[in-house]
Amino acid sequence: MHAAAPFYSVLIRANPDNPSSTTDFVCDLCTTMPKPTDDGKTYTFKIREGVKWHDGSPLTAYDVAASWQEIVDPREGISSARESYFVMVDKLEAPDATTVVFHLKYATGAFLPALADPFAWIYKKEILDKDPRWYEKNIMGSGPFKFDGYEAGQSIKGVRNPDYYHKGQPYLDGFVGIFAAKESVRVDAIRADRAAMEFRSMPPSSVDQLEKELGDKIAVQRSDWNCGNLVTPNHKKKPFDDARVRRALALAIDAWHDAPSLSKIAVVHTVGGIVFPGSPLAATKPELEKIAGFWPDIDKSRAEAKRLLKEAGAEAITFVLLNRNVDQPYKYVAIWLIDEWSKVGLKVTQRVLPTGPFYEALRNNDFDVTLDFNCQGVVNPLLDVGKFLPHTVYTENYGNFEDQKEIDMYQAMLHETDPKKVRSLMREFETYVLDTETHTIMTPWWYRVVPYRSYVKGWKISPSHYINQDLANVWLDK
Amino acid sequence: MYRYIVHRLLLAVPTLAGAAALVFVLMRLIPGDICVVRLASGGGTFDPHSVTLCHAELGLDRPMIVQFLNFVFGFFRLDFGMSMWTGKPVAYEIAARLPISIEVALLATVVAIAFAIPLGTISALKQNSWIDVVVRTVAIAGIATPSFWLGIVVLLVILDVTNFIYGAPWMPPIDYVPLWQDPIRNLSMVFWPAVTVGYRYSAVTMRMTRSAMLEVLREDYIRTARAKGLLDRIVINRHALKNALLPVVTLIGIEFAFLIGGLVVTEQVFNLNGIGRLFVLSVQNQDYTLTQALVMVVVTVFVLTNLLVDVLYAWLDPRIRFG
Repeated sequence: MHAAAPFYSVLIRANPDNPSSTTDFVCDLCTTMPKPTDDGKTYTFKIREGVKWHDGSPLTAYDVAASWQEIVDPREGISSARESYFVMVDKLEAPDATTVVFHLKYATGAFLPALADPFAWIYKKEILDKDPRWYEKNIMGSGPFKFDGYEAGQSIKGVRNPDYYHKGQPYLDGFVGIFAAKESVRVDAIRADRAAMEFRSMPPSSVDQLEKELGDKIAVQRSDWNCGNLVTPNHKKKPFDDARVRRALALAIDAWHDAPSLSKIAVVHTVGGIVFPGSPLAATKPELEKIAGFWPDIDKSRAEAKRLLKEAGAEAITFVLLNRNVDQPYKYVAIWLIDEWSKVGLKVTQRVLPTGPFYEALRNNDFDVTLDFNCQGVVNPLLDVGKFLPHTVYTENYGNFEDQKEIDMYQAMLHETDPKKVRSLMREFETYVLDTETHTIMTPWWYRVVPYRSYVKGWKISPSHYINQDLANVWLDK
Repeated sequence: MYRYIVHRLLLAVPTLAGAAALVFVLMRLIPGDICVVRLASGGGTFDPHSVTLCHAELGLDRPMIVQFLNFVFGFFRLDFGMSMWTGKPVAYEIAARLPISIEVALLATVVAIAFAIPLGTISALKQNSWIDVVVRTVAIAGIATPSFWLGIVVLLVILDVTNFIYGAPWMPPIDYVPLWQDPIRNLSMVFWPAVTVGYRYSAVTMRMTRSAMLEVLREDYIRTARAKGLLDRIVINRHALKNALLPVVTLIGIEFAFLIGGLVVTEQVFNLNGIGRLFVLSVQNQDYTLTQALVMVVVTVFVLTNLLVDVLYAWLDPRIRFG
């Protein structure tokens, strides 16, 4: 994704000059951001004229519509990983070569951010018509850079697209993206200037080391990350079928006190609820402090946890925390949680599995409690919190519960368009998920710490490693 | 000789078929589903229909026996199929990495032979002298030191030393360029892992050379050669060393074959895009076709190396005849 983003265009995107904003979306291939009509159910986009594919042919609205059609409602035999994000779309069409119209089933605030999905690259209709899978193995876009080569498992190269429609961009003549799986290689590569930048994130200790050694030759940008680890109890396993026990697990955790220390060794930082902390829909600290797991008085919170465990007959229980074999931040967060739970008398061990067996265990309900994750691109709280819905609605929830009340609360929120009402409904939903039923327990949100050589200019950090990665606005001061 | 080679090559067929059956079964015993990993590990959503489509696309909906026979017959036709993860031909994925692994293995073997045989011989000839003690200490340290750890230390030392001398740290390149395109850049990348791995390799070979030489030097024919008044140089080089090299050659063959697919962590430390790293990735991704093909490539390398070693035996020891 990071590597191929510079080759493609999208319809709309997070503002590359202000990517940390969760509400600032601008046109890429369209000319102006549309005002919805038909009571918020119709969005009409005018497409730029004069845009060329890298093969020199003109890009039209028909290409945009065909690409979106495959995402929203793919043809038979093709699956779309993001189809579920567009349940609100009734149909889309391109009435002429410069217009694309989306017709929604209902008005919702979730649509526009979903449309800014950084994965939603625009492909050429002519190619899609011949072979909808062609793009799985080939690259041909209309983005700021043209594809110049790929060495399997090693590197990808791009050269400047002189016909790029954002005049003056891109500033670089080209780029080489190097694949380096090991973190120490990535750190050393920046240290020795073998690479100018690493776009995902590095642990704080590595960044501290780079800053100490390189001084003003290194620059660092930091941001909350639209990803987080969630504790999911298996509701079909006793005693986690009892909401009191699940609530006790939340009450035992002192995130307010421990997050600053944890953030020194792991890529986590901000204490938050189910909504990304920078979003207008996120809970404020006073709002969070009313929810189990966020009480300001940890002694009172743990006393309540012990009381609930005793009441449920689950004092000093032993259970296994299923975890994924990923260092940052999974293992650090899991060890911290185990320590926190020990403070209310729970004896917890960790079972770490590689990704394949980890998912197999989740799908087979072969776990007591798991450390799951939720990682999204564009901040779109109304869709991002879908992760907390039952498995029958959101396949990637492994809590093994059914809860019609929760689904109804979610649907009411999704169909509401008044921002104030949406926020109020989100608070109710959050309290229900994290406190009343404690289907999930939040841990501190992940944190992006991106170090780079200070001669790299123009790039701005965003809440996702998928956003603002086309490199069009990057330039070098050297 | 030719009959012997053909006979050995024919014997390799059941060996390869056995390896194929083993890797096919073992891969399927690992819990998990590549389609689920592919669809979910990035945090995306998917439905059961997507998994079904994915299974059909990868041929995982066919009966096991059909999958196995496709794999075995494909291998003997040198058609490894497509990588389940990247969708590219397996042959392409392996071909992109094999030259790097072969280059490191060859260079490490050169390092090993260049140091191990002279030092092992001197160590045996000067048994229990200070030279012997030094060589044995270096050899034991080499065996005891994990290559990947040594690699990390080497890298840190390079960074710190160059930073100290030039005021800016230097590290070997992290993107591979073939030898014929840019020899200096290529060697400055491959040299360090080759030395790192070659140290352990030479340590093992050194120990073997020393003990084999000590054994041969006590043989009657060596005493006879000396009694005939032959020069020490001729006794050692022509009579002792040549015979002592038989187990050493075997060891070098095994180690070389191991290096082709076994440099898992060292490749990661130096960001080498080799077969070892691909191996780990393919197992993690549960990419059956790629893992199966990689195992078969490594088994083939072992079979061919052993055959080469056996042929070398005949050159080293004319008493050995192949029936």
